[in-house]
Amino acid sequence: MTLLSTTVEETVTAKTLTGAQDLPARPSIAETVSQSLTMAWRATKKMRRNPEQFFDVTIQPLLFTAMFAYIFGGAISGSVADYLPIIIPGILAQTALTACMATGIQLREDMDKGVFDRFKSLPIARIAPLAGPAIADLLRYATAATLTILTGIAMGYRPGGGFVGVFAGWLLTIVAGWSLAWIFTWLGTVARSAQAVQGISMMIMFPLTFLSNAFVPAETLPGWLQTFVKINPVSHVVTAVRDLLNEGALTAQVGWALVGCVAVVAIFLPLSVRSYGRKM
Amino acid sequence: MTNNTSPTHELAVTAHDLVKTFGDLRAVDGIDLEVRRGEVFGVLGPNGAGKTTMLQMLATLLPMDGGDAQIFGVDVKRHPHVVRQLVGVTGQYASVDENLTARENLYLFGRLLGIEKTQARVTGDDLLGRFGLEDAADKQIAQFSGGMRRRLDLAASLIARPPLIFLDEPTTGLDPRTRGQMWDTIRDLVASGCTVLLTTQYLDEADQLADRIAVIDRGHKVAEGTSDQLKSQVGSSTLQLRLLDPAQTGQAVDVVRRVVGDEPVLTPEAGGINVPLPDANRAADVLIGLREQELLITSATVQKPTLDEVFMALTGHAAEENGTNNEMEAVR
Repeated sequence: MTLLSTTVEETVTAKTLTGAQDLPARPSIAETVSQSLTMAWRATKKMRRNPEQFFDVTIQPLLFTAMFAYIFGGAISGSVADYLPIIIPGILAQTALTACMATGIQLREDMDKGVFDRFKSLPIARIAPLAGPAIADLLRYATAATLTILTGIAMGYRPGGGFVGVFAGWLLTIVAGWSLAWIFTWLGTVARSAQAVQGISMMIMFPLTFLSNAFVPAETLPGWLQTFVKINPVSHVVTAVRDLLNEGALTAQVGWALVGCVAVVAIFLPLSVRSYGRKM
Repeated sequence: MTNNTSPTHELAVTAHDLVKTFGDLRAVDGIDLEVRRGEVFGVLGPNGAGKTTMLQMLATLLPMDGGDAQIFGVDVKRHPHVVRQLVGVTGQYASVDENLTARENLYLFGRLLGIEKTQARVTGDDLLGRFGLEDAADKQIAQFSGGMRRRLDLAASLIARPPLIFLDEPTTGLDPRTRGQMWDTIRDLVASGCTVLLTTQYLDEADQLADRIAVIDRGHKVAEGTSDQLKSQVGSSTLQLRLLDPAQTGQAVDVVRRVVGDEPVLTPEAGGINVPLPDANRAADVLIGLREQELLITSATVQKPTLDEVFMALTGHAAEENGTNNEMEAVR
């Protein structure tokens, strides 16, 4: 076998002889973006081959929307039709949270595989292996948001915000999902196993979604619980999505929801990159 | 590096007093290493000796707890990103993406290394051809055999055309034929000017491939030299005899002493004798000596010294598999 001879010959001339000291000390921003997009390409390939990754964002929106609407509709709003404007934004926030929870679990599973050893050994930006799946997961949030809204409409929901309002609410759901996913990404980089990520994520997800105004009006709750519900960022997202979907109104709540998203990313993105880098 | 003649740059790898601890275990405990440009340097040791841990520190995959290292004169701790551009790493467990096909894997790594799309495809196809993987190019890695995975893994390490390649146990778990192919591939790499640092558990692999060998035991370097230098410390081969009548062992030992002039080792099996030979051809003399005394044997094998025998000679203890689990954990 006369493998590789030409290739590697060029190697040595190409790299060593120009001087190892002249090589860049860190990846440029353009390289970082391109590497992250390549990682996103990898993640979409993976999704296509493991369609079960889409179960949580396809079946859950259908099931939960129907289930919650028919069970709680009469009790809370008097009728299913009156409940839909409340519950659809709630389910949107909930499915976005569940979808981004899976981001952390899948990252942890992925990091245990051999290919991550290679990623670490390559001269690529440390953020790329984390940002890639995050970008690809936009597809999952979009799927979840679209299906939830469509299910609602099929059940008789007529959003007052019109097309623009619905589109804005849909977009906010995706932005919120993507931002909150960095919390779970960080969990994925610090936890010891995928099961641990799942356990901790459940512990975070349930209080955040149920102790919010996603399913019931906050006014029906005891005072001490109302305080928590009001500071819960999920409540802000839910209210903001309701304002957009039902009124088509760009309210202060929308602003607060966005500020919350930016804050979460600003804290957890650097934390994730740091703890991923340390795992080497 | 035409303008740079400082001695450090003649060395591909320099490591000084490397240390890595995992809790109480000192996995790597003060190892010095110098790998010259263009050579194959073998690191030989049993499971858990600290080979993989050492390699991972040099490849920026694990932080060092002590000591320092340079790759082509570039400090590993201070400039990890530069070091990553100089080193291709092929791990003990093939580090390719199970969810992708072989072709997609090479495309992925090519793109990550900054090669533009068309060129990444060309480079990938080229490597698939060179490594005999064209037929399996569009199969998912899950369907690959161990040997094919290793070849793809090595191909992936070559995309960036690094001047230095780390091979962590490149043939562990491969069948003899695939092993031979892997050796050929490694020889071709070296012929084209690559420097290779490889770890292995097999003495014959180090013997076949490496210009110089360091023997590692429990985080320490216990010997270093060419294959011949190491073997001269151990004897070049062993004659393993089994006598038909174990009662004649004493007489047989006398014959061996007279013919070889060395003390044979009795094995636990009845009638088993191991004779260290300075030269494999002396085996015939021993067999003739036994025949003359009418001492009958059931089997006779001449073998190269094993890692165990090298260890016995160098360290006075057998190559134990201590710390295997710790090293496995370290890999994570």
